[in-house]
Amino acid sequence: MERKLTVIGMFGLANNEKYQYPNYFQIQPAGPDPQTSTAIGFFELAARQNPKPQTVAIVGADAEYPQNALVGARELIKKFGLKTVYDKTYPPSTVDYTPIVRTIKATNPDIVFVASYPPDSVGMLRAAHEVGLQPKILGGGMVGLMFTTVMTSMGPLLNGIVNYDFWAPEPPFLAMPGIKEFLKEYQARAEKAGVDPLGYYLPPYSYAVGQVLAQAIEATKGFDQQKIADHIRATEFNTVVGKIKFGKNGEWARGRTLMVQYQKIQGPGIDQFRGPGKKVVLYPDDLKSGNIIYPYSAAKN
Amino acid sequence: MVAGLLLGGFYAAVSLGVSLIFGLLDIANIAQPAFVILGSYAAYVMNDALGLDPILTGLLLTPLFYGLGALVYRVYYASFERRGEESLRGLVFFFGILFIMEVSLSLTFGVDYRLVQTAYTSKSIDLGGVGIAFRYLVPCLVGIAMTAGLYLFLGRTFYGRAIMAVSQDQLALRLMGANPVQIKTIAFGVGIAAASLAGALLISIAPVIPSTDRDYIGRMFAITVLGGMGSIGGTLVAAVVLGVAESLMATFFGPSWSLAVSFGILLLALAVRPAGLFGR
Repeated sequence: MERKLTVIGMFGLANNEKYQYPNYFQIQPAGPDPQTSTAIGFFELAARQNPKPQTVAIVGADAEYPQNALVGARELIKKFGLKTVYDKTYPPSTVDYTPIVRTIKATNPDIVFVASYPPDSVGMLRAAHEVGLQPKILGGGMVGLMFTTVMTSMGPLLNGIVNYDFWAPEPPFLAMPGIKEFLKEYQARAEKAGVDPLGYYLPPYSYAVGQVLAQAIEATKGFDQQKIADHIRATEFNTVVGKIKFGKNGEWARGRTLMVQYQKIQGPGIDQFRGPGKKVVLYPDDLKSGNIIYPYSAAKN
Repeated sequence: MVAGLLLGGFYAAVSLGVSLIFGLLDIANIAQPAFVILGSYAAYVMNDALGLDPILTGLLLTPLFYGLGALVYRVYYASFERRGEESLRGLVFFFGILFIMEVSLSLTFGVDYRLVQTAYTSKSIDLGGVGIAFRYLVPCLVGIAMTAGLYLFLGRTFYGRAIMAVSQDQLALRLMGANPVQIKTIAFGVGIAAASLAGALLISIAPVIPSTDRDYIGRMFAITVLGGMGSIGGTLVAAVVLGVAESLMATFFGPSWSLAVSFGILLLALAVRPAGLFGR
């Protein structure tokens, strides 16, 4: 900011809300209202179900992303007229999530929104199964479930979880120009590099950052930071994750945070996650690839 | 309450190495959590490649970790302890080891979370209406077994008693014909060997990344101090106290308070008993 550089952020939720730095852009498709972006699909889906959920439990880590996501969730809970029966946070270094999940279960919520980082997501999910937590919808903002190592380790425990995501190997996303070629190249290199072998979460968007910058530099014919920033603000870009137009706060002009449901996962095999049908896109409607299995217990079994 | 007891057994397992090295030898080995994470990665590699149970891996690798620990102590002794510079410079030495191990693990395995799958990871039993998850029960039982094993080793064997002696009076030990440096090498090696098993238990419970060690530094040293420096039984009791406190707080008052209250108990206990619960 001091040097007026152009910055493209990777997956930091609502980073520019306080700074309002005009040369900041965010590749995460959170949209103009990033704080509610993680939770909006979750609560909109809940509102459409029959019987409609009435009560909600929300829980998250005492850390930046979960706190932002919980702020958004509280706002949406008011908007959708739900009753909060549990609203707590926990330290990120928590080891045992069983007491937390037991307490949530005791409040008997219809839906449970969790805003967590990868280790807590795994801990929460395992504890939910061990304790027998079975709300009508479980998930929301659990970071890490989309990592290949976590998906293959959790396997069928993921069935029924409704969670945010940004990319899924479903027809609308596989049809985007260049994505298949990108993934083919990425996956071949990832195996040798020992990083996420599927690369469906961050890598397409990392590549899109490069595409946006490359197009902006070519169009402005140089490295003038202000010209690049002005061009990025004014232009719609074609990338492997689709068309990107930045709006206020440097966020995507139109949000595209998905809500997916893990369905019919069998065992830990990695190949089942390569194609459609395991991470079904439920939200937004224009990218929908399947229907929610409701309640959670029906998808879990 | 049950969850807290199970957690306590696991905490005891990860704290035993610190109890031995810091509590008995008075060596502030703040790299101990990094050795625990090294044990986690070893368990992950064997589980991923051969499908080996992490605890079996932890057990099989204890001689290797013992050797590593003995080597680290010899370097520490030659560089700092022999010259009487062990206090502050020794602390920096272990800080250095901690960061080198973290970076080495990051460069080798990347920063993706690593997990293991075992036959018992997703199973639980119902005891009188209380569901007990095997991924906590097994580490708890192993933690208790490790505590009992170390307790018996220190109290019933020649080398164990020599370790207890070296922590009290090195000169007297030397007069008895034993070499304090050799005894400390053995003790340090045993402490690091315990990290092999503790790491295997940790990755059975939760996913790890190289920096996971930072979550445990505070707990390990708090448990050692609360239990009483060098008291192996005290370590188990303190671990259970902290585990139960964390669980009860999470259940009745909100999980945010759990760590603050646990460390509040530590401060309160030290105010009443500065030597710890079972310290002499």
